[in-house]
Amino acid sequence: MKFSPPSKRKFSLLAAFKSMGFLTKLCFSWLVVLVLSAIFADLIPGLDDPNYQAWLFDTTGNELRNDTPSWNHWLGTDVNGRDILARLIYGARVSLAVVASGVTCGVIFGGLFGSFVGYVRGKREAVVMASIDVILAFPGLVLLLTIITFVGARDLKVLCIIIGALSIPIYTRVARANALTVSRREFVAAAEALGTKQRTILIKEIVPNVLPTVLAYALVAAAVLVALEGALAFLGLSVESPAPSWGNMINLARADLRVTIWPAVWPSLALVFTVFSLNNVGDWIRQKAQKRAAAI
Amino acid sequence: MLAARLVRLVATLLAVSFLTFFLVNTLPGDPINALIPPDAQQDQEFVAQLREEYGLNDPFFVRYGSWLSDAVSGDLGRSVITDQLVTDEIKHRIPVTGELAIVSIGIAVLLAIPLGVTAGYRQGTKIDQSISALAQFLLSIPSFIVGLVLIYFLSIRLRWLPATGWTRLTESVTGNIKTVIMPAISLALTEIAVYTRIVRSDMINTLKETYVLSAKSKGLKDRFILFRHALRPSSLTLTTIVGLNIAGLIGGTVVIEQLFALPGLGKRLLDAIFQRDFIMVQGVTVFMACVYVVINTCVDLFYMIIDPRIRRKS
Repeated sequence: MKFSPPSKRKFSLLAAFKSMGFLTKLCFSWLVVLVLSAIFADLIPGLDDPNYQAWLFDTTGNELRNDTPSWNHWLGTDVNGRDILARLIYGARVSLAVVASGVTCGVIFGGLFGSFVGYVRGKREAVVMASIDVILAFPGLVLLLTIITFVGARDLKVLCIIIGALSIPIYTRVARANALTVSRREFVAAAEALGTKQRTILIKEIVPNVLPTVLAYALVAAAVLVALEGALAFLGLSVESPAPSWGNMINLARADLRVTIWPAVWPSLALVFTVFSLNNVGDWIRQKAQKRAAAI
Repeated sequence: MLAARLVRLVATLLAVSFLTFFLVNTLPGDPINALIPPDAQQDQEFVAQLREEYGLNDPFFVRYGSWLSDAVSGDLGRSVITDQLVTDEIKHRIPVTGELAIVSIGIAVLLAIPLGVTAGYRQGTKIDQSISALAQFLLSIPSFIVGLVLIYFLSIRLRWLPATGWTRLTESVTGNIKTVIMPAISLALTEIAVYTRIVRSDMINTLKETYVLSAKSKGLKDRFILFRHALRPSSLTLTTIVGLNIAGLIGGTVVIEQLFALPGLGKRLLDAIFQRDFIMVQGVTVFMACVYVVINTCVDLFYMIIDPRIRRKS
């Protein structure tokens, strides 16, 4: 087996994509399509405004709500005559914004915090971990519901701040557990023996070695966050209507289940497939990382 | 050891109650505004009088202290909307949520053990791969979507089961089963996936142990070894994971009780949230968090009692 140190090996997205199994390729592609279409939703030609409400009847008296797929509305329309595809794509923005905020806050603050307390130990570690235990003693959704109620305003920005802040404790716990093992490695002992400053060791040795594990965890956490936002929106506590989110689309369509199921099916499929894709790609990355760690 | 664990339990409970009280009382929005109609909020004198009456003018820690001493003696206050005692509401609704949680954990454990044992025993084969793929898939379906699918097929299409509502066990046993089964399955699917993965990886490790080899060399049947020798250590991990998963389950019951319109604690919490009934939210939240903390302490203690290795280590 040819050995090349990991730092010199170039990372190629194409090569990585080629080495995936068929299902993982599919999942990865779905995530790419999802992210791109959500970001560039405004530029997609012919896509309706997600809140544009058409006439409920056309000139010949046909009903235009809960419509079946047609050339104008590829996935049909919902109970208010709005284009489902457009609402799916704009709704993806909510899910992705929540994920982006949770992962960014978690990795940056949780990662640094956890690395720090895991390395310095002592009283500071005890205090931080005790307070994290208290926050994690709450069932997550219940804590989230309580905070959202009392904050009052429910727009995407507020939601992202709350979820970002609530993501920090769990990442801190993951990062700290890893920092504990990394701190015992020989290169840390060597750096300490050389008289390197604690802060330099933390930034140069601990954080870079803790980060990969935290990032691998981030994808799994992202899947949880997408499902969590879905549940929140389903309860009517995510972004306020008429702004679309997959969860509130499902909740709206629930009332008409006896008439038509399609307005509920599309957002459910989008939700399930996104969560599945994040889990699947996350598993794939973890397996890769394990193999790499074993090779070193 | 036991004493240390109990001290920690009390400390955590105190901290949890403090955090809830802190959240409910410091987040923006004057709780008085939730009590009275908007035009009455203009009447400064009336608002000031109410603030005095509810003790909202006292310093924060004084208020926390009096709330806590009431809470410890079993008084969580009265709903500001319906004037019911919070503790009465909890007592009235806990059987629903409790039954839902127990039935779904039961279903999950009963299905996950055979699945996990089979996957672990046949590690690497087609059966193992299919079970693992199934687990990954189940893990990706939010419970409310499972619930909707069940309602669509079993209630709307086949008309076998009622889509919403609850029959108490004391009223009719079959009626109770009919109303509990769909919500319980919705909650159980995710749990099945988690438990199957745990049992599988546990089984793979246990089957490498020497006592399994010795059992095999004695000529014992594989099935006997799997369920009598190999599964026993897995029951420990499974207990822990079930305990830890209670948090997710409590969150799940909120969503599922809303979907199936069950008169449980989660539904009450949600109603209180929509009515901005802050005393009810505070009481139910603190109760749910305490239940979770106490269950996990019990799991830890149980773990210590049945596994002599852990007792000795600490």
